[in-house]
Amino acid sequence: MIILEPRIRQLLIDDALNTFPDECCGFLFGREERDGTRLVIDILVVDNSKQGDKTRRFEISPLDYMTAEQHALDHDWSLLGIYHSHPKHPAIPSEHDRIAAQPYFSYVIISVMDPNTIHFRSWLLNEEQQFEEEKIADYQFT
Amino acid sequence: MATVIIPTPLRKFTNNTARLQVGPGTIHSTVQELTQNFPDLKKHLLDEGGNIRSYVNIFIGNDDIRDLQQADTAVKEDAVISIVPAIAGGSDSPPFTKEELARYNRHIIIPGFGMEAQLKLKAAKVLVIGSGGLGSPVLLYLAAAGVGTIGIVDFDVVDDSNLQRQVLFGVDEIGKPKVEAARRRLEALNPYINLHIYNTHLNSQNALEILKDYDVIADGTDNFPTRYLVNDASVLLGKPNVYASIFQFEGQASVFNYRNAQGELGPNYRDLYPTPPPPGLVPSCAEGGVLGVLPGIIGSLQALEVIKVITGVGETLAGRFYIFDALNFESRTFTIRRRKDNPINGDNPTITALIDYEAFCGTRAVEERHLKEITAKELYDWQVRGEKFQLIDVREPHEYDIVNIGAELIPLGSVAANSGKIDRDTPVVIHCKVGGRSAKAIRELEEKFGFTNLYNLKGGILAYIDEVQPELTKY
Repeated sequence: MIILEPRIRQLLIDDALNTFPDECCGFLFGREERDGTRLVIDILVVDNSKQGDKTRRFEISPLDYMTAEQHALDHDWSLLGIYHSHPKHPAIPSEHDRIAAQPYFSYVIISVMDPNTIHFRSWLLNEEQQFEEEKIADYQFT
Repeated sequence: MATVIIPTPLRKFTNNTARLQVGPGTIHSTVQELTQNFPDLKKHLLDEGGNIRSYVNIFIGNDDIRDLQQADTAVKEDAVISIVPAIAGGSDSPPFTKEELARYNRHIIIPGFGMEAQLKLKAAKVLVIGSGGLGSPVLLYLAAAGVGTIGIVDFDVVDDSNLQRQVLFGVDEIGKPKVEAARRRLEALNPYINLHIYNTHLNSQNALEILKDYDVIADGTDNFPTRYLVNDASVLLGKPNVYASIFQFEGQASVFNYRNAQGELGPNYRDLYPTPPPPGLVPSCAEGGVLGVLPGIIGSLQALEVIKVITGVGETLAGRFYIFDALNFESRTFTIRRRKDNPINGDNPTITALIDYEAFCGTRAVEERHLKEITAKELYDWQVRGEKFQLIDVREPHEYDIVNIGAELIPLGSVAANSGKIDRDTPVVIHCKVGGRSAKAIRELEEKFGFTNLYNLKGGILAYIDEVQPELTKY
């Protein structure tokens, strides 16, 4: 399970809408509990560095990735995963997403059909290099 | 010592250590040292040839080693090496246009269906075999629902007597090929889909070639040879076959050869009926009639099952057989299972390629071997020349009242009881509406009573009206 509090959701929605109709992308930071529950504390917005059509593809530059790793170390957070948007497309990972996916990371996809129709889904790679859906929660209940 | 920064996704292979110390040397020796100490890292860093994977970037400081000397790049004492996974992705199939989103809005807003199912419909390819009574509602609803690619197979032309139930067509299309009339109607309904038409008889020679490009087959045919052909072709190609059929006041539906989410394959038509009924036992709609609204009901159920098969929403009729009795308004659903002795995909299959289905169902063999036929023209010649012969009509009295050509009426069910009324010395021409029942009467008379002088009127009274007396009433 991954917890996206309303504040985090709003940051993601803002980036997705600002970048629309291109795909937005960035990093998710936070903590992982012993039971595997992930709490997102902050995000880092980065440029979509894909050359050419950015409406259907995204790419994160290696330097931005290194910045993100350092950002996590500086704050004593975990780099929990990557988010990106699917403009006018459901929040289901594509084959492009799967091939390039890393183990461990949560892949949060923001589907933007129109400004009023936004859906979130999160995905994790399993041992067979296939995506499995990760449940998203709004709040952490203790 | 140089420092290697391990990316988060790979830290589970380095005992959750983010920074590792390595000796100086080259990138090549650094990677070797890492994979020796942490063998699980190897498959993530190196490909089968031992080279650094294309989606793994290695940086020294802020420089990509691809811009330096690749794996030979020197690693100095104070170097900071970063292993950086490539992060990329994107959405694949093209999105819906604004117009399509508006068109399919009532689907997209259904909880549990939504955009995901609508995209599956758009990506789906469905072949509808037969564009008649069942094919009409199936095609109309699948096209309206946004099935992205629809194929239509039919060899027939639109006839006035079709319009009582085949709601795809209108009076302007009478005489035109059904597939072309269907395409015009469906294009007018939904311009966002692709239509492919096959104006041909589906047969053992062309079936696999036509079916192979489709994901789902919808069988709305009205005869046994084509039904077995569609079933066998679907099984051989591993495609689900959504089946429906109708007769008089009764309709049937099922989903054959469907593999569910657990990977279990469901039964097919041959698990239900391993072999066809004797020829003539089950009349066609042209012979036995059908209530016009019935294909509308059953064809709509067939379209529903096609949509469920495509989208994975709900439970399909796979493994179940549905029967609707319109007269009593009763529905029954039976469980059907795969049979070990199924000749096409049981334990010891004997059918590994398509066979001659006309011969298998006995339809052609009987006609070719046993029946003497006479055409409407030849019968007219006999009449004009004043030949001596007996003319018998085996239809029902109410049909006889609509139109007759002066034959003696002996309905099929009473033929045996009235065999004494049939001449043995002169030729006897027997007819019905289109030739099916009269063929059955002739077989019965030949087998039970040894007649050898019987002729079947080819095409029945309808052919006679067309060719000889067009002023008579057709029904």
